[in-house]
Amino acid sequence: MVEQHRWLDILAHLTLILGVLIVAFPVWLAFVASTHESTEFVSGVIPLLPGGNALPTYAAVLEGGVSSQMSVPISLMLGNSLIMALAIAVGKIVISVLSAFAVVYFRFPFRQLAFWLIFITLMLPVEVRIVPTFKVVSDLGMLNSYVGLTVPLIASATATFLFRQVFLTIPDELMEAARIDGAGPMRFFRDILLPLSRTNIAALFVILFIYGWNQYLWPILVTTEDRFSTIVAGIKRMADVVDSEPLWNFIMATSVLAMLPPVIVVIAMQRLFVKGLVETEK
Amino acid sequence: MQTKRTIFGNRALPWLLLAPQLAVTLVFFIWPAAQAVRQSFLREDAFGLKTSFVGLANYRRLFEQPDYINSLQVTLIFSVSTAALALVTSLLLALALDRMLRSARVYTTLLVWPYAVAPAIAGVLWWFMFNPTIGILPYVLQAFGYDWNHALSKQDAMTLVVIASAWKQISYNFLFFVAGLQAIPASMREAAAIDGAGPVKRFFTITLPLLSPTTFFLLVVNVVYTMFDTFAVVDATTDGGPAQATMILVYKVYRDGFIGLDFGSSSAQSVVLMGIVIALTIVQFRFVERRVTY
Repeated sequence: MVEQHRWLDILAHLTLILGVLIVAFPVWLAFVASTHESTEFVSGVIPLLPGGNALPTYAAVLEGGVSSQMSVPISLMLGNSLIMALAIAVGKIVISVLSAFAVVYFRFPFRQLAFWLIFITLMLPVEVRIVPTFKVVSDLGMLNSYVGLTVPLIASATATFLFRQVFLTIPDELMEAARIDGAGPMRFFRDILLPLSRTNIAALFVILFIYGWNQYLWPILVTTEDRFSTIVAGIKRMADVVDSEPLWNFIMATSVLAMLPPVIVVIAMQRLFVKGLVETEK
Repeated sequence: MQTKRTIFGNRALPWLLLAPQLAVTLVFFIWPAAQAVRQSFLREDAFGLKTSFVGLANYRRLFEQPDYINSLQVTLIFSVSTAALALVTSLLLALALDRMLRSARVYTTLLVWPYAVAPAIAGVLWWFMFNPTIGILPYVLQAFGYDWNHALSKQDAMTLVVIASAWKQISYNFLFFVAGLQAIPASMREAAAIDGAGPVKRFFTITLPLLSPTTFFLLVVNVVYTMFDTFAVVDATTDGGPAQATMILVYKVYRDGFIGLDFGSSSAQSVVLMGIVIALTIVQFRFVERRVTY
């Protein structure tokens, strides 16, 4: 810094601490709510400190069948979310790394057109073409299946762009050397390109895992059977009770469980996460 | 388009490599989008037996509907408020972090994790905090004499979705602002300080103008976020109500299509939204190109 201002430093710390508190407060309350018994919510305002009922609540939520509000065990939903997040992340990476390889290392008719077709997907988020996309998936008989849940979401222009950018920075000499040594395109792809883009793949994986885990609209449309429901999409059904007060402790325990995996991924892989975030937006 | 100096000679292989991506794109993106455009010019009769070409009638009907005009206004207010709130908060935090030397890493970790929280969950968390019977915030507001109820008050409902949506977006903006601030050369600020400019003056004459590319980029990203990703926030908290007070465009497409079963209108709405996304994407890309040539 340019000059030393004691009060400015204090102000900066205060701002940041306030920011951290604002950011963390809703999650803290959710955690607190999940540790109290449901009867304590009837009386009025929720407490600010954790109670002693955490274990039974989380056990009940994970096993399921606590009440009519929770017919599906959350452990099953967590499993579905994991399958969905992994399938979307891996699927997006695989198809984009292949198409970026094709676009950068080959020259063929309609290459420009193919590239534009991929580019257009950027402009068509699921939300804006929701009805016809749903119709396609239902006509293909893909409702209530993992395929229907994941495959329509795995086309990705951003990932293709990212890999194209990475491949363009790889020196041509590597490819010439590989060809002189008699390596074919797939050999070059496997032994040279993939290892060189390892960190990019990992960084992208973090971002895409979170993207897949947090999907909401698509799962509620495509899955009507409980055994396919994901945790993020399932939480709404739980909170939507007409005739009685919602069971807050169970809803909040489920929210905490729904946030935990992606939050852990972000904190544990902070460097890769920031790299992935900044690169995909270029 | 850029390629390599030397390339592989195969003819069929590139198509084979592109096949999965193109197949998914054609079946699940291009085809449905084309269907939406086609549907928007057709109208089905009440029994779904006969469809007839009606030209621009669906669009005309759309823009004559008070509900749709209302939805446009709601979306505008919602987008601008959310983007402004998220941008200002994260800029303040990033500026504070820029003064930190040793503790920067810890603060960053503590501030970035909400990126991982799903918009739907963010909605549920704030919905719980603002719950009129047991929520903590209405209790506090009561002390100030304000009777909060987002199920009845339009203004309260809008405030709820804005806060929940902005909360989730702070960490993203924060990371980009921090990167933008670090890219500003220290020598500029030092020179200004020598010339006698105080911290506030330096912020407005040096930091803010030099940060404007980042701010503009984030503005576009935030508008896209508020227009499309916030579907889950609205669905988890207000369902577009009360009295359509939070019926944003994406939520209306969904409601009219799946609950109202008005496919003609829903398709016309989809096409309007596509136009908006295409415009925003073009703005974003033109800007990125300009930044590269700097």
